[in-house]
Amino acid sequence: MSWNRDPQRRFPCTRSPLTLQIERLWTELQDKPSTASRPPFSTYPEVKTHVNMANSFTRMMSGRSTAVLLASIGAGTLASGYLLCDSSAAAAERRRLYPPSADFPDLRKHNNCMAAALTPTIYARLRDKTTPNNWTLDHCIQTGVDNPGHPFIKTVGMVAGDEESYEVFAELFDPVIKDRHNGYDCHTMKHPTDLDASKITSGMFDERYVLSSRVRTGRSIRGLSLPPACTRSERREVERVAVTALSGLKGDLAGRYYSLGDMSDREQQQLIEEHFLFDKPVSPLLTSAGMARDWPDARGIWHNNEKNFLIWINEEDHTRVISMEKGGNMKRVFERFCRGLKQVEHLIQERGWEFMWNERLGYILTCPSNLGTGLRAGVHIRLPLLSRDPRFKKILDNLRLQKRGTGGVDSAATGDTFDISNLDRLGKSEVELTQLVIDGVNYLIECEKRLERGQDVKIPSPIAQFRK
Amino acid sequence: MGSDPEDCYLLFLSGVQCKKAIMPFGNTHNNFKLNYKVEEEFPDLSLHNNHMAKVLTKEMYGKIRDRQTPSGYTVDDVIQTGVDNPGHPFIMTVGCVAGDEESYEVFKELLDPIISDRHNGYKPTDKHKTDLNFENLKGGDDLDPNYVLSSRVRTGRSIKGFTLPPHNSRGERRAIEKLSVEALASLDGEFKGKYYPLKSMTDAEQEQLITDHFLFDKPVSPLLTCAGMARDWPDARGIWHNENKSFLVWVNEEDHLRVISMEQGGNMREVFKRFCVGLKRIEEIFKKHNHGFMWNEHLGYILTCPSNLGTGLRGGVHVKLPKLSTHPKFDEILTRLRLQKRGTGGVDTASVGGVFDISNADRLGSSEVEQVQLVVDGVKLMVEMEKKLEKGEAVDSMIPAQK
Repeated sequence: MSWNRDPQRRFPCTRSPLTLQIERLWTELQDKPSTASRPPFSTYPEVKTHVNMANSFTRMMSGRSTAVLLASIGAGTLASGYLLCDSSAAAAERRRLYPPSADFPDLRKHNNCMAAALTPTIYARLRDKTTPNNWTLDHCIQTGVDNPGHPFIKTVGMVAGDEESYEVFAELFDPVIKDRHNGYDCHTMKHPTDLDASKITSGMFDERYVLSSRVRTGRSIRGLSLPPACTRSERREVERVAVTALSGLKGDLAGRYYSLGDMSDREQQQLIEEHFLFDKPVSPLLTSAGMARDWPDARGIWHNNEKNFLIWINEEDHTRVISMEKGGNMKRVFERFCRGLKQVEHLIQERGWEFMWNERLGYILTCPSNLGTGLRAGVHIRLPLLSRDPRFKKILDNLRLQKRGTGGVDSAATGDTFDISNLDRLGKSEVELTQLVIDGVNYLIECEKRLERGQDVKIPSPIAQFRK
Repeated sequence: MGSDPEDCYLLFLSGVQCKKAIMPFGNTHNNFKLNYKVEEEFPDLSLHNNHMAKVLTKEMYGKIRDRQTPSGYTVDDVIQTGVDNPGHPFIMTVGCVAGDEESYEVFKELLDPIISDRHNGYKPTDKHKTDLNFENLKGGDDLDPNYVLSSRVRTGRSIKGFTLPPHNSRGERRAIEKLSVEALASLDGEFKGKYYPLKSMTDAEQEQLITDHFLFDKPVSPLLTCAGMARDWPDARGIWHNENKSFLVWVNEEDHLRVISMEQGGNMREVFKRFCVGLKRIEEIFKKHNHGFMWNEHLGYILTCPSNLGTGLRGGVHVKLPKLSTHPKFDEILTRLRLQKRGTGGVDTASVGGVFDISNADRLGSSEVEQVQLVVDGVKLMVEMEKKLEKGEAVDSMIPAQK
């Protein structure tokens, strides 16, 4: 399959003489295009943009009849062919007459990062652009338009359909990324990647408090569209690439794959009991983005025989990689995580594939909130006294940690057990974030112990957000 | 394949081939998909039970997958809802939708057999008769109100020149709303009314509309959401009704317009008269704006779901049939009368207190008058059977022959 990693072949840029003529005519009429002040995405041929075409076309259509226009660019037989198709061509013509202002979504009641960043000007500039896979801005923002906002959590409100989305629609993605990732400026900052687990210190928690430890991230396969956009064949390709690579893992990482569609009832029951099984997404945040299409085609779960290294295939991202175990040995969990990730990467590279990554945004995933490391390292921890202290939230905030219920995102805590994990994803490396979680959780345990002894606790000073 | 994404002039020459997607929603990266083989793209329908899954073969898919309608709708767009929803346990769903008027032409190979399956063997060469002359209806004004609690006739209309709800952009949907509101605002007499846009309704208005059973909600059924009809909700959606609350239009729900005439009691004749008169008035106004309704002589009125082609008409009553409904031959009676039953909450609901929603089963191949006539005659017969059963008499002799 070498063709699909050859950029020239994958994104053919041949244009017919007539098309070139049309483009020349439009170029004469259009305004000066906006120039994004960023370096071109150099590994791919120039991304096709349709800057301001809709506006110039609108002016031409309203001023002259279409037949006259087409005749003027020398398409004689073309014009008569056009005249013969009455309403279907008229509908197409009418469709192109919708200026961006007619299509601008009503976001007045919305509360998500996309709605905060999208202006009519940005929309007008980006609406008619497409990525090489024909993914558009409207595709990216559909989930944010359909889901006005979570009352307590500010959702992101947009997704990427492919790696190029982050470039082609940078004008909107960049402020959203900045908003979500604490001011990370991808024009000036670089994201550090570090998967050297040997740097981790104090990674063994007191198991009277920490019940389990877990690290997860996602990885996308370069050259294939992301879950909102992928076709069935691309999704099946992702499955093939991942499963082939995973079958090469050995030792404590050796395991097997369970395809969601072919699973037996018994296997399904087993996976549910182990808390491994993922279900068809029901959250409208995901379904509105198109990630649940064709379920359960090409979706599945891979896990090793020891059941502490697990990969989800084609859920919200191409792959979600999870290392977990009961107890408090976060260092071992992270070590296995890094080792497994590196081996999987090596195995896919042997066959000519690679992960989506760049030094501005780190690992490229579907949701902008997962850019950078895509890493969520966390524990299930019992903090009966600390959780009732009014300073709990502030302590977590300053430690750059977040709490969730033990059912994961959007679930409530049961009893005194919480899921505590890192808030940040982008701008700090995997090692830094995991160390941050380790240090933070150790601090929380210290606080809990102090409260048990009747001593007071202190709110720690806030951690700096980006490395200097 | 060496496809040239810029070749939209081919749209005009061939009428079916268009390699440039224009609308913002849908599987518009069709050219890219063509780089993959048919086997790789063909959906896995082995566990599916809907009309689309029964008809679509790999060969057919291979033949039509490189086509687009002029607005860029592709076969994958058409079938997405059927792929995502393997099947309803009791109802054989259609499993596909149209994105625009041309879908029914461009994807004929797929949609004609589905239409035939769904509409009792309707052939590609058949012609559909439209008859909205309420005077041709016989009777219908004497259904016993002790049994028939309410009467209702609904249909849908699509406005020519726009794409359909699965596919349209926000700009188009708003244009449809604007045009519809202008048209409805010019109605007078018994049809004088008011438009309530969903997104700016007050709480009091919303309460009232719910009490009147007028309000429609954001679709939750995956049959609809997977087809993309709930996008941008509630933008450009709304409800219009007349002051008497007997004539109601939904804008931009599952179709451009859903037109409903209803009232308490059993005077189906009056309901149908108002329906026909109102529809004709609305159509005249749209025609004046150069946007008539989508219609052709083969498929009748063009709507989003192939199941609603033809008349798109569902004429029905809420009728109390506690005894008849438990009769072992109830379902057979309905089939012979060409009627169907639903719960009082509409499609996919159960009946409450022996009250059923009884309506015509057919949409395509018979006219509006004929379909409402079946409802009127059938319900009249069933009420008489119910009365007999109340008296303890047998009704076997009354069971009708197949209509």
